Amino acid sequence: MTPEPLLQIRDLHASFVSYRGLARVLNGVNLTVGRGEKVGLVGETGCGKSLTMRAVLGLLQPPRARVRGEIWFAGRNLLALPSRELEQIRGREIAMIFQDPMAALNPVFTIGDQLLDVIARHPKGRPSATEAWERALAILREVALSDPERVMRAYPVQLSGGMRQRVLIAMALVNEPALVIADEPGTALDVTIQEQILLLMRSLVDAKGLSVLLITHNLGVVRALTDRVYVMYAGSIAETAPTADLFRTPKHPYTQGLLASVPKLSGEGVPRGIEGMIPDYLAPPPGCRFAPRCPFAQPRCQQPPPWVTVDTDHQVACVLYDAAPAPRLP
Amino acid sequence: MSEPLLRVDNLVKHFPIRAGFLMRQVGVVRAVDGVSFSLSPGETFGLVGESGSGKTTLAMTLLGGYRATAGEIWFRGDNIADPVARRRRPALTKEIQVVFQDPGSSLNPRRTVRQTLEVPLRVHRLVSTHGEAARQIARLLETVELPAEFMHAFPAALSGGQKQRVAIARALATEPSFIVLDEPTSALDVSVQGKIIALLLDLQRRLNLTYLFITHDLSLMRNVATRVAVMYLGKLAELADTASLFGNPLHPYTRMLLSAIPVVSEAEERLKPRWVVPRGETPSPARVPPGCSFHPRCPDAFAVCPRIDPVAASADGRHVVRCHLYPGCTPAEVADAART
Repeated sequence: MTPEPLLQIRDLHASFVSYRGLARVLNGVNLTVGRGEKVGLVGETGCGKSLTMRAVLGLLQPPRARVRGEIWFAGRNLLALPSRELEQIRGREIAMIFQDPMAALNPVFTIGDQLLDVIARHPKGRPSATEAWERALAILREVALSDPERVMRAYPVQLSGGMRQRVLIAMALVNEPALVIADEPGTALDVTIQEQILLLMRSLVDAKGLSVLLITHNLGVVRALTDRVYVMYAGSIAETAPTADLFRTPKHPYTQGLLASVPKLSGEGVPRGIEGMIPDYLAPPPGCRFAPRCPFAQPRCQQPPPWVTVDTDHQVACVLYDAAPAPRLP
Repeated sequence: MSEPLLRVDNLVKHFPIRAGFLMRQVGVVRAVDGVSFSLSPGETFGLVGESGSGKTTLAMTLLGGYRATAGEIWFRGDNIADPVARRRRPALTKEIQVVFQDPGSSLNPRRTVRQTLEVPLRVHRLVSTHGEAARQIARLLETVELPAEFMHAFPAALSGGQKQRVAIARALATEPSFIVLDEPTSALDVSVQGKIIALLLDLQRRLNLTYLFITHDLSLMRNVATRVAVMYLGKLAELADTASLFGNPLHPYTRMLLSAIPVVSEAEERLKPRWVVPRGETPSPARVPPGCSFHPRCPDAFAVCPRIDPVAASADGRHVVRCHLYPGCTPAEVADAART
């Protein structure tokens, strides 16, 4: 039942030259987003999730960044594409929704100016002025903004946080991209508004049959919006599974630790979290990068972890599942 | 209940909006608009509310950062809402401390940990010699479970969790009895958050601290607060013991808030109240709707709500709510007038 892949990241490595040495951040990322699939990429600060997104958008450039691997999008390897062709894809076939709507909108232009700019870059060519205006109003109505004419004439500061986030969604969707990458959408907003934004995104994306790559640290948001989840730790994928499976039966010790760290509504106290810190990318541990923090670490963890299929569509990068019964955190 | 450590009585903080050449006042931002509550020693009082609800203004007014427009703040027999009284008792500023959200910006990047921690000790003349200061700083670092060598480090060399520990040590330097924690773990990863919270709760037990805990993370609030107040547009909508507020939310806004929490398991999903379709956004506190300020977003609003602002009432003396759905919340004389 796996859909046809739209975005396929294969063995993506990225390192950065810093004055202290070479930081090996992305360490063989493998990730697939199927057509019409909503995929979540979760991980904590510094795990490389935003870098993965930047690599897909072609924003990691030499000489500072060294990128190796393949990023296949609709039959083309984005890493091998000249920047001219990449520009044609970025913003048209792949759209972005950023976290902070105030920073992503230009404060000195009206929403109309900015939205019409995007529409002028439609892959099927620049529409006439009246046609563009009509399309802008239509998409603002679709994101449930009442009084779209007023919004078109407004500057970003004149809108509330929730309205600005809706405008960003409208801008991302107006040219009917195949893939939307959303970086922490709505997490800068309050919960009641965040929920409205997530509900809106889900209904629009489903109605248009788009693919979504949702990048976030918020496990609750991933659970609410996605079909499938990738858990990232220190530059590689630790585990992937259909969303319901991952939350019901997490396998990787990191995933288990992360889920256990979230304070629960049942109110049995705040969990201790995971001991230790993410590794120094200048000198990452050999083998499994989680091993120094892992309660189940063993000598075999000094080698790179195997990629084990534990269930249908459920894979984990951990020696514990390499022909061994599954333990669980107490 | 024991004698309260802090009692806030009908506290109001309005900011004037000025415009034009003569800077005439053209409006008013009702950031805090009549808030009353009291804190018992040793408790963790949670304050929940969305951005613009006034929770940070309330905290800043308690800290003395803003001068209250009206109302009283009683702390150890003094009304500290009065700036004259506050100045008369400099020891009070020692007693009340704060830990901010983002240690990346609340610590001076050009000061070492030692220099940062020395400031409160010097200002309040708690140490007189260099050696005494060094000993005291080492002791403070030990209290927040950091090695003494860290006193020579700059904030940039520390992780987010370590920086927040330094910020906590700074708050503890003057041996306060009351600490305002304004989103102390929101800037941290969830796997680090637990250790900071554990430290805060441990310090509270050992030093008998009283906390005002502000967070927008309701799941976290459920686990740390003893009582929770829900704030909306400068007023308290509901105030109750934590278990009671989460288990039996009365105010429609509290229900909307709780039902919107993103959770990570089916079991937790069942602990949320019946789903309330979220709608609307918090209006600007400069344009507060008439009557009950929540009525434009309220799924249960009825005729009286847009006309009359409800008053706080409680059926059992502990669970306080301010909503016309509950007896005692509609001001009596107005209700009588409406009936006739």
